Amino acid sequence: MDDLYRQLIVERHKNPLHRGELEVVDFEFADENPFCGDHLHVMVHVDENDIITDAKFDGTGCAISTASADILMEHIIGKHVDEVKAIEKEELLDLMGIEFGPVRLKCALLSLKVLKGAVYGLEETES
Amino acid sequence: MSLFDVEAVKADFPILRREVRPGVPLIYLDGAATSLMPSAVIDAMRTFDENHRANIHRGVHTLAEESTAQYEQSRQETADFIGCANPREVIFTRNATESINLVVNSWGRANLQPGDTVLLSEMEHHANLVPWQMLAAQIGFRLEFIPVSEDKLLDRAAFRQLLADHTPKMVAVMHVSNVLGTVNPLEEIISAAHDAGALVLIDGAQAVPHMYVDVIDLDADFYAFSGHKMLGPTGIGLLYGKQALLEAMPPFLGGGDMIKKVELRSFKVNDLPWKFEAGTPAITQAIGLAAAVRYLKHISMPLVESHSRELVDLAIEQLSGIDGVEIFGPGKGQQLASVAFTVRNVHPHDVSAMLDQVGVAVRAGHHCAMPLHHRFGVNATTRASFSIYNQEEDVSMLVRGIEQALAAFA
Repeated sequence: MDDLYRQLIVERHKNPLHRGELEVVDFEFADENPFCGDHLHVMVHVDENDIITDAKFDGTGCAISTASADILMEHIIGKHVDEVKAIEKEELLDLMGIEFGPVRLKCALLSLKVLKGAVYGLEETES
Repeated sequence: MSLFDVEAVKADFPILRREVRPGVPLIYLDGAATSLMPSAVIDAMRTFDENHRANIHRGVHTLAEESTAQYEQSRQETADFIGCANPREVIFTRNATESINLVVNSWGRANLQPGDTVLLSEMEHHANLVPWQMLAAQIGFRLEFIPVSEDKLLDRAAFRQLLADHTPKMVAVMHVSNVLGTVNPLEEIISAAHDAGALVLIDGAQAVPHMYVDVIDLDADFYAFSGHKMLGPTGIGLLYGKQALLEAMPPFLGGGDMIKKVELRSFKVNDLPWKFEAGTPAITQAIGLAAAVRYLKHISMPLVESHSRELVDLAIEQLSGIDGVEIFGPGKGQQLASVAFTVRNVHPHDVSAMLDQVGVAVRAGHHCAMPLHHRFGVNATTRASFSIYNQEEDVSMLVRGIEQALAAFA
């Protein structure tokens, strides 16, 4: 199989490390991928210094969007909220290490979009 | 076993000569989203643009005369193709979606009031849901839905009950489901709706490409379809409407060509069908659509239908044999052209991306029918759809790709 489905993606999709619910949620956001109706919910817990101590996601999604969410959650734990606000899409794509076409790019970046919604404190929550 | 020379047909579609990537030929199973175009269609449009291109119904120079004649000839040929002898009843639009929006906004605004009911179905494409929802929100009429049964068919008993309970003013349903492949029993639906005093709008986007449709025989009041799903170009669609209804309706879009006379504060509307064709239409695409119609007629619609049914039946048979594949459709012998399915533990996007590895193009997602997917408790499915340029080997490649996806995600 090709790069799109190299082992990292399939493994992360099958056995995500950061999927589930958080007991204490300080920031959260949920959104849909209009292309397929997939749903992603991101929850973040921060300490008194606004350092992210835990982050989880749930929802339904393809291997790309699930793996992307899992990798992103791992990436932000230990970072300050302001650092997370500054994450550019290239940073996440580099972590995934895959070139995407315009359609799958939406799947790959959905997690970042939802995470930004959470840290920027958008109103919408789990629906 | 083919009913016509599929290899010869394939040779007529230049895009099938390309490879998806080196060494991987294209197997196109996404005609239900948009079909491929044969050279005859591409050439007809090119010939028109290279030799006759001019605006229609304006100017009296040679090119304007030629393009007007060809545009109206295209209307005539397309009307003939759906059994309609009266070209005044055939309106060119951008696509089936615009055709439906035309009826909703023109007929709907003029005829629907608070308390009225429009009856749709649970299997509708968003094109036949959202325009009604938008107008209902403004006017306050009621929407009711014919349920889809567990066997993926419209619930006929429930339909009759809804007719009796609500006496809808309009029944708007699809002819063939773009997800389930279900062919709805239009004769029964239309005659029952008429008996109950309702008009009937049919979304025929998935029917006209694969079967002979006679709108007069069906007695449909409105029938909508798109050119790009029937070997024609994008940007051209059609609305058939009964003349008396179209004449009584107010115009939809305003502008040039839909008027006889304009003053600063008033206008006089043009005759049918131009009354509903404001602005310069998709002239080249109308020429292309007529070429697509000629191509389909040349094969003959009964053979086109048999071929689509044979391939979809073969796909249903082979997919049913794969452990982990679940088909969403009424089953063998009952589906036209399309089969939608899920693969255990593999998201439809991933199924589609894995199939792309072996050159197979399918659609993944909700296919613009989110309520139908929710009805069956899934977010998305993968859909393979077949046309005249597909053959048995394409089904084998589909199966191989799905087996690879299952193995990769096992």
